[in-house]
Amino acid sequence: MSTLSVEQLELQAEQIREDIIRMLEHAGSGHSAGPLGLADIFTALYFDVLKKDPKNPSWEERDILLLSNGHCAPVQYASMARAGYFDVAELMTLRKLGTRLQGHPERTKLPGLENTSGPLGCGLSQASGMAMAMRMNEEHHRWIYVVMGDGELDEGNVWEAAMFASKNKLSNIIGIIDRNNIQIDGPTESVMPLEDLKGKWVSFGWHVIEIDGNNVEAVIDACAMARAIIEKPIMIIAHTIPGKGVDFMEYDFNWHGAPPNHEQAIEALHDLRTLKGKIRSEHE
Amino acid sequence: MSDLKLANIIGKDLKTEPIRTGFGRGLVLAGKANKDVVAACADLTTSTQMHLFKAEFPERFVEIGIAEQNLVTVASGMAAMGKIPFVSSYAAFSPGRNWEQIRTTICLNDRPVNVVGSHAGISVGPDGATHQMLEDIAIMRVLPNMVVIVPGDSLEAERATQALAEDSRPSYLRLAREATPIITTADTPFEIGRAYIYHPGTDITIISTGTMTYQALVAAEKLKKDGISAEVVHVPTIKPLDTTTILASAKKTKHVITIEEAQIIGGLGGAVAELLGEYQPTRIVRLGMKDHFGESGKPDELLEHFGLTAKQIILHATHMVSE
Repeated sequence: MSTLSVEQLELQAEQIREDIIRMLEHAGSGHSAGPLGLADIFTALYFDVLKKDPKNPSWEERDILLLSNGHCAPVQYASMARAGYFDVAELMTLRKLGTRLQGHPERTKLPGLENTSGPLGCGLSQASGMAMAMRMNEEHHRWIYVVMGDGELDEGNVWEAAMFASKNKLSNIIGIIDRNNIQIDGPTESVMPLEDLKGKWVSFGWHVIEIDGNNVEAVIDACAMARAIIEKPIMIIAHTIPGKGVDFMEYDFNWHGAPPNHEQAIEALHDLRTLKGKIRSEHE
Repeated sequence: MSDLKLANIIGKDLKTEPIRTGFGRGLVLAGKANKDVVAACADLTTSTQMHLFKAEFPERFVEIGIAEQNLVTVASGMAAMGKIPFVSSYAAFSPGRNWEQIRTTICLNDRPVNVVGSHAGISVGPDGATHQMLEDIAIMRVLPNMVVIVPGDSLEAERATQALAEDSRPSYLRLAREATPIITTADTPFEIGRAYIYHPGTDITIISTGTMTYQALVAAEKLKKDGISAEVVHVPTIKPLDTTTILASAKKTKHVITIEEAQIIGGLGGAVAELLGEYQPTRIVRLGMKDHFGESGKPDELLEHFGLTAKQIILHATHMVSE
């Protein structure tokens, strides 16, 4: 568990957002909205929630984090670098030939990644297999966190896993849905409506917690609550703002799959530094 | 060849057994040898013969229900935690329906999951084209990291299953439904990646896999009486292909026939044609499904209808050698 205060965690999240903007600008391609919206959740996970050892990524007692919507890889890479898995300078290799930071995460390329993802809908199934194996191995007190997109829930594979995890009472699975209401073709509710989203998961036999996913403290609290549930798998519906922290990106589905250009990156970094007056940066 | 300790295929006491039955036995043996071997099935536990493993190791068996995408992806997760999963369904559904999950979460993710597709081939019979999986060899062979095994009888399936449990690569094991002559014995060798010369010859090479190896052996015996010396190369491992054995035989005989219960496009025929085309251009005739689907019928009727018999091999071999 972290010794960082909520204020320090918020500053960490802002740092990760700045990393994301710089990485995407430098890469010239990639997804902006999702990673920015997930920065608080990933800060909570990597700087408080996860039992881990960045210097020994395959530590046998570690918790598992699966990023199911692999296109949000930049937020995971930035969080891992800031948490000490690898040097921050390597972030600028994102999407470049020979990089360990592939456009979508590849487990075999970067120690600390637990899965290879990009094609959507697989994370919850992989978590279910891991949880079943942990049960067979009698490995208790290890949790599997699965971050999923909301658009990803269009995939049938997700609901196959939802039934399976529920049937087997896999209560060491803690899903986190990034409920930002956008996907590539538009708002989720016009592309393929997901509501009543909470009702869907409850009817599939899951314990559901709804939170403000841009509130680091709320994420930490929800994960703690989830670990106390022992009879069901847990789904945290985390309401987030896509593009969070960058005024011209917020809520705009057009930023789902696009990177900022140089001028936009400068503006974005300015936005991040002045957000709520709490942001500090060496570029100020 | 005597050193391969094959059964006497023209003897009266030739036994038959479904190839999938050997898989069921082999999985139990693999489970006894290693406690990390686990199994999962998509509501076809008896059909795929996984019920034997389930009865022996209930705590290591996982029922997935009719959800083939979840089947292989759960297995990817189990492999991540050190398990050696075997997952079974009908080949038409797995790998038929879940190919992308196999590609991403097993092959690219490099997890040693063993995908077992039963009821493959035209000999599934009356269930018809929907259930006669003919494209599985092609779609699995093209995946990087994937091993593709098509046993020729139940005993070989038993050995192959045990060998796969000890192999760290992802694999696809293709099984047939119907009773098939047992052409090997308990002492016949099997090694992943090896092809075997089941019948030596000098005039023509018959390259076969799965249930068709029996037909190839019958054809070779009859051809011998007609004065044609046919070499039967049994290829239980389609990938990685035993290029050395195949190239040497083709170089010797200069005539090649391939036969399989699958699409020749991308199948064994495709694999052999690619190999010979690049390294050893050789006259080749490929027997198998030729870019069309199957249909309902009795297994024997269908094999006859689609030309997957010893008779067809003999016709083509005789013609090729006399060219």
